[in-house]
Amino acid sequence: MSEVLLDVKGLKKYFPTKRGLLHAVDDVTFTIDRGKTLGVVGESGCGKSTTGRAILRLLEPTGGQVLFEGEDVAALDKAALRHKRKEMQIIFQDPFSSLNPRKTISQTIAEPLKLHHIIDDNQERMQKVLEIMETVGLAERFVNTYPHELDGGRRQRIGIARALALDPKFIVCDEPVSALDVSIQAQILNLMNEIQEQRGLTYMFITHDLSVVNHFSDDIAVMYLGRLIEKAPSETLFANPVHPYTQALLSAIPIPKVGGPKRERIILKGEITSPINPQPVCRFANRCAYATDRCRSEEPQLKEIEKNHFVACFLAE
Amino acid sequence: MSDKKYAVEINDLAVEFRTDDGIVKALNGLDLKIEEGKTLGLVGETGAGKTTTGLAILRLVPSPPGVIVGGSIKLNGEDIFSKTEHEMQALRGKAVSMIFQDPMTSLNPVMTVEEQIAEVIELHEDVNHKGAIEKAKEMLEMVGIPGERGTEYPHQFSGGMKQRVVIAIALACSPSLLIADEPTTALDVTIQAQVLEMMKELKVKYNTSMLMITHDLGIVAEICDTVSVIYGGRVVEHGSLDDVFNNTRHPYTEGLFRSLPNLDNRSEKLKPIKGLMPDPTNLPEGCTFYPRCDYAMEICKTVKPKKVYRNDEHYVECHLYDENNVKVGGLIGK
Repeated sequence: MSEVLLDVKGLKKYFPTKRGLLHAVDDVTFTIDRGKTLGVVGESGCGKSTTGRAILRLLEPTGGQVLFEGEDVAALDKAALRHKRKEMQIIFQDPFSSLNPRKTISQTIAEPLKLHHIIDDNQERMQKVLEIMETVGLAERFVNTYPHELDGGRRQRIGIARALALDPKFIVCDEPVSALDVSIQAQILNLMNEIQEQRGLTYMFITHDLSVVNHFSDDIAVMYLGRLIEKAPSETLFANPVHPYTQALLSAIPIPKVGGPKRERIILKGEITSPINPQPVCRFANRCAYATDRCRSEEPQLKEIEKNHFVACFLAE
Repeated sequence: MSDKKYAVEINDLAVEFRTDDGIVKALNGLDLKIEEGKTLGLVGETGAGKTTTGLAILRLVPSPPGVIVGGSIKLNGEDIFSKTEHEMQALRGKAVSMIFQDPMTSLNPVMTVEEQIAEVIELHEDVNHKGAIEKAKEMLEMVGIPGERGTEYPHQFSGGMKQRVVIAIALACSPSLLIADEPTTALDVTIQAQVLEMMKELKVKYNTSMLMITHDLGIVAEICDTVSVIYGGRVVEHGSLDDVFNNTRHPYTEGLFRSLPNLDNRSEKLKPIKGLMPDPTNLPEGCTFYPRCDYAMEICKTVKPKKVYRNDEHYVECHLYDENNVKVGGLIGK
């Protein structure tokens, strides 16, 4: 049956700023089962990328636990962490800035293999690089090209190839298709799906694009100002969003269809507030149409309202 | 058809960028028309020529390297290529204005926002500075920003508010045509919804015609009356929303729809368009889409397809169709 691969408990990441502590990720708790995809959605500044990076310890968490196969990544020392990184990789959003412009494709893909001494023989390593390139659909003729010679879609394939080189169990995908055109975006999403099926990979898929996340994820977590406010299986979340923010977010998706029933659109007032020194109240209350005095004086906690459906809202209680 | 009035009419427009690496053929005989008070969605991918089209209407294609090789553009019936630069300046911001994609870089960081709005008003209207500032504050209120915030600088505003300021500048002199180049791409979805809602209201209020440049078919469905799908610098399919969305004819348009995740059926596999956009310095001789087309035939490689009309508005440039075939239902099915 399903087995938990990643268990994140009370993860916190604060950044000190001149005006106070910025709560980028505040007490976030969730699990991802092996072989599954958790989509993490939210708007700019909600802490979704920071969460991904804190899990991999590309950013040091301020608090909390990150249990990967039962072992706390947040507590590992440097050497052990380095070892663990083989199993946890990341694909970045921008295929233009996340590749070293002075390295050829094969050098970029070979680097992790070299660093971790997976394959020390040059020829064997090259063989492996070619294999990976084939997996991600990069033709062999690109072996010695540099990133600037390639378009966005191919560059993103390099990013994926580099992440796959170490045969990881878990990949954080941080907006991997946001910079791509729709026709190319579909190619990359299909590729990532195929690779997941072949290798039983587990993904944490960070995005702001709700139609992509619905297509791609088994479960979806919605974040708002550093807090996880709702998490549910994708079908459940789309069919029955409970948190007022999730409802507004889903209703704001522009749907490429003409005719058919009109959807009711919830237009939120105002914008996301500052994550610096937030008060212990509901962070969405000032934009929420249903906010009560309780929301403005107390912070709702994540509760399971039905099986696997978690919501942090007093209305749901 | 002659009783219709058009805010803009582009015929057979060709624009090239002459660079050291060769000639980039950005637009290759582009046709486009927007009826007064209507919104046209110009849809396509990176490098298709969307932004060049917008810039050409303002005669702002950077030159060099840009050269307008042929064709004509009429704004409210007047040919803009016969105008002097001075006359063009009087049109820009007044008869036609443009909203750029990135609100972060299209505002002046060292000028207060009300000064930036007032600048356009003073340039085109007979008002003094004080009057212009007052009007600027009104414009801010209109886009949902309190007038007293006019004395602030762009960095004090969020992304969504900056884009509202840009829209306020564009609408300050009530232009008859508004060119919006991916106006909400840089914004979050709830903010995008706010901005789109506002644009819809303003459009009705001022009877502004709009050219909505976007890659997002969802936005097109929401806000446009007609759609032109652009590929390789030509409009390959054009029609009303219903024509293009529900009676899709061109294989490229079909491919765009199939590439999008379907919200109602999440297990459906995406069917991307194979391959990549053609290199604009070396466009295929026949149909520019044939190397990526699932239905390509021999003729597509060498002969450019002509327009075939399905009704008065809806046309497609594709060898799969002749006059009758395109009307009854066509060869490709969804």
